[in-house]
Amino acid sequence: MSVSDYLYYVILPVLALAILLIFIRFVQGPRLADRVIALDLLLTTGIGIIAVYSVYSDQPTFLDIAMIMALIAFLGTVAYSYYLEKREKND
Amino acid sequence: MIDLIIIFLSTIGTLAILLAAIGIVRMPDIYLRISVTTKAATMGIGLILIGAAMYFNELGITSRVIAIIFFLLLTAPVGAHMLGRASYFTGIKMWKNSVYDDLKGKYDPKTHELSSEEKHQHEKK
Repeated sequence: MSVSDYLYYVILPVLALAILLIFIRFVQGPRLADRVIALDLLLTTGIGIIAVYSVYSDQPTFLDIAMIMALIAFLGTVAYSYYLEKREKND
Repeated sequence: MIDLIIIFLSTIGTLAILLAAIGIVRMPDIYLRISVTTKAATMGIGLILIGAAMYFNELGITSRVIAIIFFLLLTAPVGAHMLGRASYFTGIKMWKNSVYDDLKGKYDPKTHELSSEEKHQHEKK
């Protein structure tokens, strides 16, 4: 069993299962902050899937997209928490 | 040999991410969810990226991977702290079996002031 077979038949399905579990929390999260955490974790898991897929398809260019995704995840979390705090102050 | 190392690293990383995903569904409280997901996901992503760097084995890709891991290690605690702070200030309650609340009595929800003393001592002055 080669590395790419192992990644394709074991690692990627487990990561997809993790995405599904996080998406349950993203849909049913009782408040907005829960959804923000779930969105952050979704993007982080997406970085992992991109890294595994770049190994599987032998294309290291995909890692650039992973870097940009990390930037966007951090920016989204910070902006959401800033506006959560600000919305509460204005009420 | 290098294949075995890559398989080992990616397996451990994927298990960490799966544990984070189970934790975000099962944990009863938003603070526990933040705690579980940040730590486990950072470790999992780091290990998977190190495995990818060992697979390609080039200087440019390794430096790119190190940049991603460094950025994740830098930003994950900052984002988690900001989110925990915002959710505490917006009045989200802790889990009923939580033992210790450091900010209790030291935070004024009206004026958004944090003080190191207790609240009633503060009002005496």
